Amino acid sequence: MTKYVGKPIPRYDGIGHVTGATAYVDDINMPGMLYAKVLRSPVHKGVMKRIDVSGAENLPGVAAVVTAKDVPGKNRYYNDEQPVFVEDHIRYRGERIAAVAAVDEDTAMEALEKIKIEIEEQPPVFDPFEAMKPAAPKVRPQGNLWIFNSGESRVVTKGDVEKGFAESDEIVERTYTEKMNDMAAIEPHVAVAYTDASDRLLIHTVSQARHFHLGHLCPIFNLPLSKICLVGGTVGGGFGGKNEVQTEHVAGLLALKLRKPVKYRLTRQEVLQCTTKRGAFYFEYKSGVKKNGKVMAYKIRAVHDIGAYNTMGAYAVEKHSFYIVGPYDVPHVRYDGYAVFTNKPVSSSMRGFSTINVNYAHEVQMDLMAEAIGMDPWEIRFINAWREGDIAPNQWKVVAAGLIETLKKTAELEGVKLPPHLLAMSSQRR
Amino acid sequence: MRKRGKGLSSIGYITGFFGGGDPNQAQIGLKMDGTFNLMMGTVDIGQGCKTALSQIAAEELDVPVEAITYTNSDTDIAPFCMGAFASRATFIGGNAILNACRDLKRKMKEFVGALWGVKAENLVVADNQIFLKDDPQKKMSMGELGAASTFGGGYLTGLGAYRPDGPFQVDPVTGAMPALCAASFATTVVEVEVDTETGGVEVIRSTQAYEIGKAISPLMCRGQINGGVAMGIGMALTESVYPYWPSGDLAVDNFGDYVLATAADMPEENRFAILEVPHPDGPYGAKGFSEMGANAMIPAITSAIHDAIGVWITEFPTTPELVLRALADKKK
Repeated sequence: MTKYVGKPIPRYDGIGHVTGATAYVDDINMPGMLYAKVLRSPVHKGVMKRIDVSGAENLPGVAAVVTAKDVPGKNRYYNDEQPVFVEDHIRYRGERIAAVAAVDEDTAMEALEKIKIEIEEQPPVFDPFEAMKPAAPKVRPQGNLWIFNSGESRVVTKGDVEKGFAESDEIVERTYTEKMNDMAAIEPHVAVAYTDASDRLLIHTVSQARHFHLGHLCPIFNLPLSKICLVGGTVGGGFGGKNEVQTEHVAGLLALKLRKPVKYRLTRQEVLQCTTKRGAFYFEYKSGVKKNGKVMAYKIRAVHDIGAYNTMGAYAVEKHSFYIVGPYDVPHVRYDGYAVFTNKPVSSSMRGFSTINVNYAHEVQMDLMAEAIGMDPWEIRFINAWREGDIAPNQWKVVAAGLIETLKKTAELEGVKLPPHLLAMSSQRR
Repeated sequence: MRKRGKGLSSIGYITGFFGGGDPNQAQIGLKMDGTFNLMMGTVDIGQGCKTALSQIAAEELDVPVEAITYTNSDTDIAPFCMGAFASRATFIGGNAILNACRDLKRKMKEFVGALWGVKAENLVVADNQIFLKDDPQKKMSMGELGAASTFGGGYLTGLGAYRPDGPFQVDPVTGAMPALCAASFATTVVEVEVDTETGGVEVIRSTQAYEIGKAISPLMCRGQINGGVAMGIGMALTESVYPYWPSGDLAVDNFGDYVLATAADMPEENRFAILEVPHPDGPYGAKGFSEMGANAMIPAITSAIHDAIGVWITEFPTTPELVLRALADKKK
């Protein structure tokens, strides 16, 4: 028996959350604090020929303007590809070009309008299927496909799909599309940065992954871990949208330059249009099933619109492989997943990261297969459900299997009368 | 006309980052009054990790949960955490805490053993005190131990870490990636009502079962499932940054355009059960599951729409426009 584990202990900080007593990063106000705003690219693709920030610098109330050349360390992060500030090439609308720190946000906004930029606009590509064609405009010089260690697609193979289809009684084909989502945490991205009396850089952050972020930020600031501290730990919702650096580098660079506290917070519009998204997914599913309900084979092609830079987009295509045919034992599988660059915001982690879309596809596919052979949708799931020790398409072995138990319990709660041969099944034995 | 339909879906969900190799550290120190400072890098993003991870520490040390202070406020004091993502905090952070608590108990026994002139293995840490196995009356409360160690020139603090095996290279030919912390499972039934005139879809009821190894913190689990229901509904029916993807027209710039499900969209009836098939590597058998609440809703809603109006719409969000177009195509 446990005393605390498994007990309905109230939320550690729940009272503070519901009474509004919890202090979030945007609640921080410091004497002499400056406010940052960022000039973002107005075009989807192009080359920045010229930038003149003098008009902004000369505006009363402006403390500093920073661009790519003001970054003390590396201006790139994530595979050394994504810039903190645009150097020359622009890959999506909303990329950072310059940042201003001023006495208030209105002044900072006014200063942004005084920055002169000259951009040679180029034709963008939004559609990943267009982007995959050889003649498509290149989002990045290396080409529009991410190259996996298996080549242009992430490949997963198990058994022999053509044999599996030949042994099937019915073949079902369907395409599935998931359009782009935002993580939509109530708390927008915000950071407050300042240097302390020991000349260390402190940044109050909404990061979900502070140590991960330190790995990106130290090279940007050119500071060792001993000189930087990320403060936080209580975040107003993340849902995957705060796994990547959005504000900390901007606030930190300005604070280092000015030796004054700087707050940088995104508007909702910036969050929705410029931060990471769950990139769109497109799947082609083909599966074969026997009349007795046994799913024999899956052939799957996935195309993921990863946006302008790869941070976790290619990983999303890799992560599919755990559940590409669902929690079911399927003898023959072939999966090809493509990660395609387009001139859109960056695709990253979000709610049910990279499983939610395959879960969608394989479950509708299960219903379609049940329909094709005239079987009850409950029964086809029982028949194919993972049992203890089954091997997933990517060779992962299933431990502590429990799908059948959830089927039985849901049926019971729903008042669905399952036949005895299904009720006799267990995830622990076949 | 309003038409009702039901849909079923079953899913699995994985714990952790890239099938393994994502470590966490934990540190727990006894304070002078017998309370504890649990130092963690893991951020509370609303999922309730402060609660669940404090429960694990309290259980392992057998001290009141109120005696645990969850300290994660900055990266100077917070030991390494890969991140509060991939539904990994309870499984990986929890295991790191178990290791730290075991280290602390060992040090407590060594300290008291030296103080009393007894062997450490003859001491027991339980019930908020430390006592002699063969003579439970010979004991010291955690408060007394905190004072004795602090003012006796000691610092009783436990260190622990945990890393699931990995990271593993993906095999370029087969795609084999053999590692994984744990898998949890869910089955969902939803009932929807489709308005054939407006194309609007309303989720009327949902019934679900989740198998999550062990519900460390049942209230937090309920919160995650309820939140998942709302997010599943939002993603299934309304949420999209590019409603006309793959077109690049970016239509949204506020929550009036990017429509999230709210309390008003929650099903009137929302029943679920939590089942536990303990995972051998999970803390108290727990598996990661936080994010999966949204996953099973979406295909179940698609299936229920099919049951109601007889068409499969396999893109989401399934907006009223898509429903009306599908109905029009069906008529043709």
